[in-house]
Formats: sequence, C-alpha cells, structure tokens
Amino acid sequence: MLNDELRTGFALPGPPGDEPPTGVGRRRVLTWLVAAPALTMAVKLGLDGKPAAADPLGLGEFVDIGDLLYAVNLPTALDLVIEVTPDNRVVAALTRLESGQGITTMMAMLLAEELGARLSDVDITLADADPLEVLMFTGGSNTARVLYEPTRIAASGMRARLVTAAANRWGVPAGRLITKDTKVYAPDGRSATFAELSGDAAKVLTPAIAPKPKPDSECTVIGKPTGRIETPELVRGQAKYTLDLDVPGALPTVVARPPTIGGTVQSVDDSAARALPGVVAVTRLPTGVAVTGRTFHDAFQGRDALTVRWKPGPVAGMSDGDITKKLKAAALPFLVPPVLGKAVDGTFDFAYLSHSPMEVRVAIADVQGGKATVWLPSQAPIDAQNKIAAAVGLLPTAVTVHVPRAGGAFGGRLTHEPGIEAAEVSKKIGRPVKLMWSRVDDMKHGRFRLASHHEVRAVVQGTNVTSFEHRCATPEMEFDHGLGEAATAAGFSLPPTRAALIQAAFQLTQQTPYHFGLVNQLLSEVNVPIPNATWRSVYSGQVAVTNEIMADEIAKAVGQDPLTFRRAKVKADAVRGVLDTVADKGDWGRSMPEGTAQGIALHAEYKSAVAFLVELDCREEQPKATKIVAAVDVGLCINPRGVEAQMQGAAVDALSTIFWAGNHIDDGAVRESSFSDFRYARMRQVPSTTVHINSTSSHIGGVGELGYPAAAAAFANAYARATGKKPRSFPIFHGA
Amino acid sequence: MPEQNLTVNGETVAVDAPDDMPLLWVLRDLLGVTSPKYGCGVGVCGACTSHLDGDAFRPCVQTVGETTGREVTTLEGLAADALHPVQQAWIDEDVAQCGFCQAGQLMTAAALLVRNPNPSDADIDEAMSDNVCRCGTYHRIRSAIKRAARG
Repeated sequence: MLNDELRTGFALPGPPGDEPPTGVGRRRVLTWLVAAPALTMAVKLGLDGKPAAADPLGLGEFVDIGDLLYAVNLPTALDLVIEVTPDNRVVAALTRLESGQGITTMMAMLLAEELGARLSDVDITLADADPLEVLMFTGGSNTARVLYEPTRIAASGMRARLVTAAANRWGVPAGRLITKDTKVYAPDGRSATFAELSGDAAKVLTPAIAPKPKPDSECTVIGKPTGRIETPELVRGQAKYTLDLDVPGALPTVVARPPTIGGTVQSVDDSAARALPGVVAVTRLPTGVAVTGRTFHDAFQGRDALTVRWKPGPVAGMSDGDITKKLKAAALPFLVPPVLGKAVDGTFDFAYLSHSPMEVRVAIADVQGGKATVWLPSQAPIDAQNKIAAAVGLLPTAVTVHVPRAGGAFGGRLTHEPGIEAAEVSKKIGRPVKLMWSRVDDMKHGRFRLASHHEVRAVVQGTNVTSFEHRCATPEMEFDHGLGEAATAAGFSLPPTRAALIQAAFQLTQQTPYHFGLVNQLLSEVNVPIPNATWRSVYSGQVAVTNEIMADEIAKAVGQDPLTFRRAKVKADAVRGVLDTVADKGDWGRSMPEGTAQGIALHAEYKSAVAFLVELDCREEQPKATKIVAAVDVGLCINPRGVEAQMQGAAVDALSTIFWAGNHIDDGAVRESSFSDFRYARMRQVPSTTVHINSTSSHIGGVGELGYPAAAAAFANAYARATGKKPRSFPIFHGA
Repeated sequence: MPEQNLTVNGETVAVDAPDDMPLLWVLRDLLGVTSPKYGCGVGVCGACTSHLDGDAFRPCVQTVGETTGREVTTLEGLAADALHPVQQAWIDEDVAQCGFCQAGQLMTAAALLVRNPNPSDADIDEAMSDNVCRCGTYHRIRSAIKRAARG
C-alpha cells in the first residue's frame, strides 16, 4: 500500500537530546550547542523510525503531506538557529517564507514563551537558501507542524543554560531562578539580561536544571490572541519588500513577453528602444526581451518601443473548450455499477486560476565575478538556488539566495522565473538589476491552478452511501520544485514514475471525512503545457469542494437536511464538533426569504478540521454574501488571531473563486490582464466573518490551506439552495 | 529634462523627470519613497494610493507633470510623531497579513475619515471597494475604520 511504501527507509535518530514538550510522543528532537561566542542553539529533528502518523482528531490513520514534509526535514542539519545578540534581542532565522500567514509571529510567540522573553524583544528573520537543509518548502500548511516542537525544545535548552549561567554567577540554586522580560531573576530581585549571561551560557555543557519545555498549563503566550509582529512597521510604510530594498546600482528591468503562453522571440528590432535616453540595456532572454532602464518608467517605455516578432507558444490554437474536451475524455471509468443502488452523479469543471498575489513576481540579482546574489521571495529557495545556478552556469555554492518577505504567495512563489530572468540579465550586462513582472505579465504568463474536470458518483441504499467514486482529470501538474527530490534524498521510496508520484500526492491529500462505504478517488492527467503550480489547498481546492457539493446533493437524494446527513455520516468527533459549532452559532435552518439561503460544508486535512456556514442573497443578478461563520479545530491553537485571519482570508478566496475570479484560455493566451477582469472580491462583497475556535486536542494541526475547500463548498451549496440551480462549472459567473 | 517641483511628505523636492512620468516611479525610483506599491499600474488595485492635496489618488496613473506645485503625502508622511488614528486602529485590529496592499488601504481610509468622520458600513464599503486585498483582510479593515472613527 502507498502508506506502507512511504513509511520505508527512515533513518533512526542519533543520541537523545533535550526533552520534548509534554504530549510529544514518537517524535524526538535533538539539540546541541553551536560553537559561538554567544549562546546559540541549533536543532535537529529526529523521529523514531516512523513519520508522525498520530491521529489526534480521529481522521483515520494516514500519512498526509504534512507528515511527508516533517519526515523530509529529518536529515537536515540545522533547521533553526536561535541567538541572543549583545543588545539583548533574541533572533532566529525562519526557514520558510512569510507571505502573510503569520508564521514569523507564531515563531516569535514560541520563543518568547519558552525563553521568558518579551515578544517585542524577539526578531524573526527569513533564512537564506541553505543547501545543508534538504528542503525549505513553504506549502502544505507544514510550518507549525514541523517547527513547533523543535523550537520549544531549543528554546527550553537555551533557557536552562541562561539560568545555569546566572546561578553560577550569583551562587544561587538554579531551580530558584526565573526568566521574565528577556532577563533572569533571582528571588532577591537581582537580575541579568540574557545578553549579559549569553557568553557564560554558551559555555554551559550540562545545565543545572532540566532543559524541558514548560507544561501547557504554565503557558501564557501560546494560545493568547497576538498581533502580527510586523504590523508596527507595516502601518508606518517602513516594511521592505524585494523592490523596496536598497541594493546599490540595481537597475529597473521589465520584460517584453509574447502574446501566447510560452511563445518565443523570432526577431527583435530594438533600435528605437536603445535610442531612448533612459534605456540602459536590451537583453534577449529565452522568455522574451528584457529592457533595463534608469527607472521603471524608462524600462516600460523601452519595452513599448521594441518591435518583436513572436513565435507562437505550445498551446497556440487551444482554447477552454478544447481543454475541457481533453479532460472529459481522460476521466477514468467508475468501478461500481449503479445497479447496486440509486446513483447520485455529478460532473464539475474548474477554470484555470491565477495566484495573483498583490506583489507581482519580482527579483533582484547581482551576477558578477563568478558569483551570484539573488533576492527572491521564494516558497522553495533551495530549488531556486539550484535552478538559478544552472541558468547562469555557476555552481549552487556560488549562488546566494536571500528571501525577502512576500506580498502574498498562495502557491505562486514555488517557481523561480523572475529570479532566473534577473540573474540572466545581470550576467549579460554585468550590473545588478531589479526585475519586475508587470501585472499583465503576472496574469498572462505566471502560474495557474490547474483547470480540472470531475466526475463523481455516489451509490445510495436507503440513507446509506455504499460507494463513493471520484474521477478527477487535470492537465499534468508540474512537480519540479524540489519536494520530490528532497523526499527521495530523505530516504522515502517514492513511486518510480512521475505518474505514480502524482497519484501518490493526490492520494495523500484526498481523504473523505465520511462513512461513504467503498471510496475510490483517482486522478488522470492530460498534456496541456500551460505553466501551473499548486494553489492554496492543492487538490482539495477542487476535489474536496466538489465532494462537499455532492454531500448536499446526496443528502437531498436521501431526503435529509445537509446538516443531519453530515452529522450522521461524519467519522470523527472533532469534525462533528466544528459542524455543530457553526450550525449553532450560524443559526442553521433559520427561516429565510425566497432567493436567499444558507450553505454549509466541512473539510478535514492537515490534522485539522473546519466547517463554514454562509448566507447568500441571490435575488439580484449577482449573489451577495450576507454572513460567514467558521468553526475550526487545529488542535492547540498557538495564535487565535492568526487562525481567525486565515479563515477570514480563505472565505474571501472562496467567495471570489466560486463566483467570479478565474482565467480563460483563448487560442493559447490568457484572456484576463489585471484586477479589472480577474474579478477578485472587493470589500463591498465581503460581509463580516466570525470564527469560532474549538480545541479538542493538544496536537499541532495545519491552518493556512485548511479553510478554503469548506468555505468554497459552503458558497456553492448556498447558491444551489437559493436558486435551485446545481453549481457545476467554476467560477459560476465566468462568462463565455 | 524638465525639473519638477512638488511637495512630498512636507518637503519641497525638485526632480528631473519628463512630464509624462507616472508619479509612482518618481516617488519610488527617484525619491526612494517606497510605501506606494506597484500592483497594477493602471489604477485598478489601489496599492499605490496616496494623497494629493489631501485627497486619495493613484500615483500610478497620475503624471508628475500634473502634480507640480502640489502636495503629495504617502503613508510615510501620514503621521508626524504619534500615529494617525487609522494606523493605531490597524495595529489594534491586527489588520495586515502580507501587508502589501495596506499602505493604499490606510491612505484610502484616512482620506475617507477626513470627508466623513463617522462613516456607515455602506460608506466604508463604497470608499474602500477600489482597493484589492488578496489576503482577504476586508473584515478587519472595516472594523479598524470604525475604531479609528470612534477615536
């Protein structure tokens, strides 16, 4: 079986280190001191032979993407380095991309909690690409799941050494000292800052107190609603994104791109562009023609002065209808004939969907003297380092990749095109460049969630579902961002072929939360070479959404209310818990005028569970959302404000993409060009959103990708109940 | 190249720039004022929203020639020492996620409160619906504007 296959090949951990937090079972985390003049702790993840397939919410024993990512991190040498600086700040570099998920704040909270530091004394930076890491991958809602334990263990070891140093200095038993406000205190009131003790603490080999995380009952920071640590600089306009960085001499650069996806340059006349006073250089690239100017205005003017003849790209001649036809033809047949009961069938289609973060795709690169330095907000910076190195003919060790904060990502920063282009231009012109994709570039030549076709059949007998089959067809997913290689390097025996690997990835993410009898979900792929990358919630953003729409339709077929049906069929108490909470808080079943309705849906993944209840008014031409209620169980909720924000954001993504936001492919080109025709929800379309947090377990579940599928299905279900129309094609108001 | 004279965040500046250069690139590339963000370049996303003589405007579609002799305020210049009420409310409501659109959101909100010190939900939705937030922070933006209005 797949899961058994994935479990093979794990290395056993080395000698035991400091103790894990209470409740940590099979995982083990090794810590050691890094030789440094000030106290620095490094952490290595360990695991006693199995991935952490614990099943705290009773969702079924399976390895999910988060487990895979956890295990892949095992052999990495340094996941986290925590340092005390001379000015008494606690600094740690996070090996993930902060793009609005709030993971820097979460990390700062863990360090403040365990060390006894003031939150405002903790700085979280984003780590450069480090090849000693097997994988630096921001995706799959893995950050808290992977880093929670090692961070607390490292910090507790650090605290024990600071306390020991103070105890030695003052001649007081270590057990009587406390840490608070980034200082160590003695009972008589004496105190010393962490910085004052750091040098001595670094020499402590055996702490005088157990380096052990606090019991949960003593935690005061974890679980407290906490504002984002970046907010003060954000609201003053001081936050620096990639293009705000002051890299001396870096010249603004934009790229003329082809009319069709993946088109190439046939010929270019750049004489008019070069004649412009503000244009510094024109550079041919595999992807287009780059123009470097004194300012971005100059670069855009130069770009517009180019005369380029383009060769059509690989999907020229192909439009939405052709793609849908291919996908329909590829869907695999069902196994269970409908004669064994009553069949409830549904077919669904999703359009391509741009990630479109607010910050377009950007990079700064300086390639000179056999070295490259690149600033790239990347969800996979080690992979970026390798691919940029290959593009400019350097060894990866000669390439430094800095990771600035990102203005949103959603999966759109898993690949590295702007970093590669910036490095290519810089190498050719011998000067540093800051390269920006225009919004139109981003929309027409960026990455997309795959279009998909779904055929779903449930067979029912009485009120029982005896089988549930889902056939999903998509274009081939590009899977070359390094996760597969890292998993292999980590000792996973991954399926040998790409097709099997993708099927495995699909299976890893698709578990039904219901007792639906024989469940069988399969993916098939067709060749449509449109650039793609996973979008928030990966396959669940389409597969789980359609399954939850089907749940409503099956309920109707067996004559049950959507809530009653789900309550009876759901496997896990925690999932039933979030369902009951939204039904109660959202007043499920209240009487509503004709043309308006409630919709409900749930999702369980990433060792977490969520339910959404929404209300929709469909009496005008366009639906209007009037209420959104969510209930979520992520186990131990480290920062309730962060979880709330993620659910609110997921609801806006869901509202936008179920009704309006999506992309058309016309003759090999993307039709949409900006936020004028890529119709993402605006404030007037988004009602107030309340989020209720259940916590039935102390494990750490994922958050960022959790909310979208349930929210999307809740809107689709409300639409169906308000209008009597079965939602089948998304976005519903896509237009021909 | 013509010299353009304007006031940016209270300081008189002179820059060499063609009349048709969008103010966004004058601010970012010539003056190093980076809180106004490029999000679309055509005035539909609101990420660069700043104030021109006190009114919200889009520097990506306003040329520098049209702003000579006028007063431009970006988020860096919104408050002197103490935070502006919208900035404080943004902290209190923990509005931002990725933060990229928030300079534009804050500047649009600040201009709204000058015009209408006590806006209704409908007033807020009307004023703020030309500013896109891809993280979906609209709920908290609305709360923060109400908080700022309460003072």
